[in-house]
Amino acid sequence: MAAVSLDHGLILAAILFVIGFVGLLTRRNLIVVLACIEIMLNAAGLAFVVAGARWGSPDGQVMFLFVLAMAAAEVAVGLALAIRFRQSLGRLDVDDADEMKG
Amino acid sequence: MLQLLWIVPALPAAGFVVLALLNRRLSRRAAAVVGAGSVGLSALVALLIAVSFLISPPPGDAYRQVLWTWFDVGELAPQIAFYLDAMSVIFVVVITFVGFLIHLYSTEFMERDEGFTRFFMYMNLFVASMLVLVLADNLLLLYLGWEGVGMCSYFLIAFWQKDADNVYAGRKAFIITRVGDTALIVGLFLLFTQLHTLEIQPLMAGAAKEWAAGSGFAVAAAALLLGGAVGKSAQLPLQTWLPDAMAGPTPVSALIHAATMVTAGVYLIARTNVLYTLAPDVRLAVAIIGTVTLLYACFCALAQHDIKRVLAYSTMSQIGYMFLALGVAGWSAAVFHFMTHAFFKALLFLAAGVVIEALGGEHDIFKMGGLRRKLPTAFWAFIIGAASLAAMPLVTSGFYSKDLIIETSLGSIDGNAWLWLGALAGSLLTSIYAFRLVFVVFFGDQQTEVTLRPRWRMQLPLVVLAVLSVVAGFVWLPDWMGNFHPFETFLDTALPPMHTLASSFAYTGVSALLTSLVAVVGVALATVWLVESRAALKDFAARPTPHAVQGFWLRGWGFDWLYEHVFVIPVKWFARVARNDLVEPAFSGIAWLNLQAWRALSASQNGQLRVYIGVAGVGLAVIVAFVVLR
Repeated sequence: MAAVSLDHGLILAAILFVIGFVGLLTRRNLIVVLACIEIMLNAAGLAFVVAGARWGSPDGQVMFLFVLAMAAAEVAVGLALAIRFRQSLGRLDVDDADEMKG
Repeated sequence: MLQLLWIVPALPAAGFVVLALLNRRLSRRAAAVVGAGSVGLSALVALLIAVSFLISPPPGDAYRQVLWTWFDVGELAPQIAFYLDAMSVIFVVVITFVGFLIHLYSTEFMERDEGFTRFFMYMNLFVASMLVLVLADNLLLLYLGWEGVGMCSYFLIAFWQKDADNVYAGRKAFIITRVGDTALIVGLFLLFTQLHTLEIQPLMAGAAKEWAAGSGFAVAAAALLLGGAVGKSAQLPLQTWLPDAMAGPTPVSALIHAATMVTAGVYLIARTNVLYTLAPDVRLAVAIIGTVTLLYACFCALAQHDIKRVLAYSTMSQIGYMFLALGVAGWSAAVFHFMTHAFFKALLFLAAGVVIEALGGEHDIFKMGGLRRKLPTAFWAFIIGAASLAAMPLVTSGFYSKDLIIETSLGSIDGNAWLWLGALAGSLLTSIYAFRLVFVVFFGDQQTEVTLRPRWRMQLPLVVLAVLSVVAGFVWLPDWMGNFHPFETFLDTALPPMHTLASSFAYTGVSALLTSLVAVVGVALATVWLVESRAALKDFAARPTPHAVQGFWLRGWGFDWLYEHVFVIPVKWFARVARNDLVEPAFSGIAWLNLQAWRALSASQNGQLRVYIGVAGVGLAVIVAFVVLR
């Protein structure tokens, strides 16, 4: 199996990151926003793994495990927030949560 | 024993702190105990100190207690130090003792007032400040007490602050006395720059040594201090605040605006008598101001129909007598009159307070009448006070002190016939208005129903002060009554002795005869006019000319009108005009700029999470691009 080159890996990570970021900016459903954040986290994780493979070091994969753990915690908190959000505002539109405006 | 001196002002100060900190947590009873008790204890300590001072006078007839150095800046290092000599002993005893009686009276007088604790808090602070004023060893500490009593006077005049008129009266008193206070502090600056100390005793010694009699500095310093004294003691031309100061509760009028604070000017001049000896012209001015004020106030008092305003003008007039005495170098006579006046004027005010309370807050004397039988204590107290005020011969303290001043105004080396005539005429007018008050308030037909009678806490101070108003004069008998004048002997240790050209049996006897005659004639006139032919008096007062004159006197000779037009209206006009001057746009421009910046920033805080993220993303992209492409 031919090794994936560093450039290809990083470009894929960048594309995933941008997709996640654009989704974050444009989508208003809180669940989709959370999913977008997951995509961005995985883009960062992919960059770690590719870079680790390039230098023949296990550090990249170790870091990815940390990212996974953190993503799991984040989802737990995020979903709890989503439930509270829905209970207090009735729907899951993030634009409804603008009570902090100046 | 004298080491306890610091406790005398410390006790009321501690009372103030306790009342201020625990304000609403204290019950009325506790507040009364703290408020009156602290002054009572202070009076006891003051009495002990006075007795030990009399029995074994300290070396040099003065005791100095240094507590700590206030601050130390360059040449100026004033100390918190007290100076006790014969004059401060008398002031301290009178202040604490009369102060305690008035506090005791207030515990009943203010009983149903919602600001009970606040009242005692201010009163205690006042007593503490007044004691600092009369005990101060240096002029700066004296000035601290001076401003302290002025501040408490403002608080207490405006005590019933829900009525805008009372607050206006408080502001008026504060601002007018401020005019005098400014002169006083400028005087202190002058003394310090010239003589490099503010400690009173070295300062006076230095002035006597370095300044020739009549020299420019001496005249300027004496005149500036006189300015302060005139403002505080409500003498012409800064007298207009005192009648309005009657807006405060009656015990306040008795304590601050009769017995103690308004005599601070007399204390200041007597304390710095060396300066006035060096500046004979200024001293003459003191005598003239005193005489003119005493006559002015007598005429005003004749026309008033608010019981407290009559007493306010009579206070002004009696302080005029004290100024006259100071002006003719009768320092001890002024202090003597201060003491008797503190007793009989406090008595008059407290008796007036009983009458006002009994009639449900009525101040108009023509709505009183016939209270003789209903309020016997107040009646007798008022009779004794009025007799003392009118200097009824032999049995009143006011007679001895006022006769001494009248006699000195002619007999002193600085006296002259005009001052004497003024003082004598003032005495006649005083006895007329004093007994006008008695006849209108206590005789005739009853106009208003008595709803409240005084209990013991209001009656006891009346009795004590009435006794003092009678006996306090016997400590300094005139020469024709024998050679008994311990008060003068005592005061001579602190003040220069009085130089009278004619102090013989015949001279003092004739003077006393004249004073008595004038007083009796005044009472007789009041009796004839107000009791015998009251209808004729009414007809006379209704005629155009007397009516106009009465109105003129009622309004205090138009001084308020004059000041309103010369000062108040122009200043208000200027403030209105100056609102749109050239500097204004610069400041409002800054405000406008800030407002716009706030609007812009506020608009960016729209609460939209997606916008925040977008902006953060753009910012991150810019930073990354900057770092990478640099």
